[in-house]
Amino acid sequence: MTTTARDTVLGRIRDALALAPPSDTPIPRAYRTGRTLPDGERLALLTDRLVDYKAQVHRCTTDRTAEVIAGILRDRGARRIGVPAGLEEHWLAAYDGEIRRDSADIPAPGLDALDGVVTGSAVTCAETGTIFLDGSPDQGRRALSLVPDLHVCVVDLSSVVAGVPEAVARLVPERPTTLISGPSATSDIELERVEGVHGPRTLAVVIRTDA
Amino acid sequence: MSTFLGMPAPPPRSPYGTGNLRGDRTFPAAAHDELRNGQLRRNLGKATRTIRGKRLHVTGELPDWEALRDAGSAIKTDTMNRLPELLEQLERNVTERGGTVHWARDGDEANEIVARLVRATGSSDVIKVKSMATQETGLNEHLESLGITPHETDLAELIVQLAHDRPSHILVPAIHRNRDEIRQIFLDEIPGVDPRLDNVPAHLAAAARAYLREKFMTTRVAVSGANFGIAETGTLSVVESEGNGRMCLTLPDTLITVMGIEKVLPRYQDLEVFLQLLPRSSTGERMNPYTSLWTGVTPGDGPQDFHLVLLDNGRTAALADTIGRAALNCIRCSACLNVCPVYERAGGHAYGSTYPGPIGAVLTPQLAGMHAAKDDPNSSLPYASSLCGACFDACPVKIDIPSMLVELRHQNTEQSGTTAEKLAMKAAAAVMGRPKLYTAAQKAAALGRVVGGRDGTLSHLPAPFSGWSDSRDTPAPPKRSFRAWLASAEGAATMRAAAEEGARHGDDHQEEK
Repeated sequence: MTTTARDTVLGRIRDALALAPPSDTPIPRAYRTGRTLPDGERLALLTDRLVDYKAQVHRCTTDRTAEVIAGILRDRGARRIGVPAGLEEHWLAAYDGEIRRDSADIPAPGLDALDGVVTGSAVTCAETGTIFLDGSPDQGRRALSLVPDLHVCVVDLSSVVAGVPEAVARLVPERPTTLISGPSATSDIELERVEGVHGPRTLAVVIRTDA
Repeated sequence: MSTFLGMPAPPPRSPYGTGNLRGDRTFPAAAHDELRNGQLRRNLGKATRTIRGKRLHVTGELPDWEALRDAGSAIKTDTMNRLPELLEQLERNVTERGGTVHWARDGDEANEIVARLVRATGSSDVIKVKSMATQETGLNEHLESLGITPHETDLAELIVQLAHDRPSHILVPAIHRNRDEIRQIFLDEIPGVDPRLDNVPAHLAAAARAYLREKFMTTRVAVSGANFGIAETGTLSVVESEGNGRMCLTLPDTLITVMGIEKVLPRYQDLEVFLQLLPRSSTGERMNPYTSLWTGVTPGDGPQDFHLVLLDNGRTAALADTIGRAALNCIRCSACLNVCPVYERAGGHAYGSTYPGPIGAVLTPQLAGMHAAKDDPNSSLPYASSLCGACFDACPVKIDIPSMLVELRHQNTEQSGTTAEKLAMKAAAAVMGRPKLYTAAQKAAALGRVVGGRDGTLSHLPAPFSGWSDSRDTPAPPKRSFRAWLASAEGAATMRAAAEEGARHGDDHQEEK
């Protein structure tokens, strides 16, 4: 009988723990969890973080969603945009360019021909300025919000939580999840931050303050 | 089923002569050359100074930073205690979600598994996310030897690969290069690059974007590492900045992730700790631009063929060391490199291993051993430190690197057998234990002044003491010993004067009251 690598590695781990028996380690979780902040504070904190990351921030009420999105796309000269299959249709009611509804059979290079993408979002962490996408119908597959150079992301203030633990608690682990904190960036040259490498070079966040 | 039968055997280190866990010369020898490189020292000094300031700013603003460190440290220790069950749980969950799990006893086995999986796809190219594990195993060299071209897609890894160079930092592998050097590398190595390319970092990043775009769109296989693997859910995670990670994890048909077995975390909830500790400690940001979390295969989204390779390569040997196992708690943030006075001056190449800096000086000997060869360069790593403790203070999971360095020095001395230096120390102990013999020896040592240089130091002692003087100057022995001086008239007079002086000062103090 040949021993598999799996059996060997697991056997080595058990040997190691037998040779150096571990002591019981309780895990202290004294860090902040379950924090809540009033709407105004979450909005201010999130805005500050997004601006720090050089994301564009637009605030509006629900009734102005279509108008604000169309304005961003027009200003950026986006003539052809992609949207996930489940995006609210009326969000794009004021946009006069070409709209392509995404589907899994469009290959990635096809997405490269898009000028931008508009998505919703699952949850957002104010303290770190992090937007979580989880592949829900209004957010689409991961490639869609990655390949185009402009990402317009709608965030409802009710989905903005104070800190990282509050955000992680709202996630569904099995869903492919992407955390986005500003546009793509690198610090690889002399540790100086430069925005815009492979992901969308422009991130425009539309915060709906009454939703 | 356990293969545990009878006495537990110490697990093996990473096999000698494989991968990138050992340099070809000792730390002092390598550092000696690196220190002469003024450009390198300026680049490193600037970069580490920048990152230190950023890290202090964003760790200081969290009132519960220390509580997060305590939690992170305990979670990692608990993970190591329960490693077999957590790995089996991870394997079960990844498999249930459509992934395939492979186990690799060492780096060569991991390389072979990856190569076999790449060949099965028929692709002659792979795109790679920055990964310490595959750097450690030398995967790129292995793939190249089989005619498969690996394309590094992280900007710094790309710079290193294009320059036929070696990484010198965990987080920023090209930290030793400045913008002018990077510009020249791009001009020399990127086909069709605009010859007017200047040294502005944003323009250099744009050149990399243009070069890699086509690779992302056309390459059908990606290889990644993993920052975390969640046992409870089978979720894997890559933390990054540029979006090259997202490209590799999302666009290809096949994804192969190589993960050290110590990267497993028990619960999904544990991410709430590490997603705070890691970005703030590594790039000094509140959060890194992108983090990807994926669980097996998701129909209609991302690679439909997912493989996870779990790598030992000496990790179980580290686990068998009560003190050394803490090195496995490392989350590869590189904060310890950035605060280390030795790293800042010598640079990452001097350590000879994929893992440089303070954590490298403890992790490398744990994984690959210190005495696998005669004059093993790894045996010099525990001494590549002033034991100042800055690394311990900076570590987000509180790894006590200085204590581990001292323990490794002890192990090195124990293992290196009977050396001339050891014999000399034994002789010294015997002499010092007998006052008459000691006085006689001091008289004899005074003769050593004759061979002392003009600055009163001995730079080369004869064998068996040459090992000592190779890296230290020895002050020439004084004309006479302290004991001889004290017994002389001069000594007695000096002592009397000092006593009188002390008495006067005592009076002064009383007057002040």
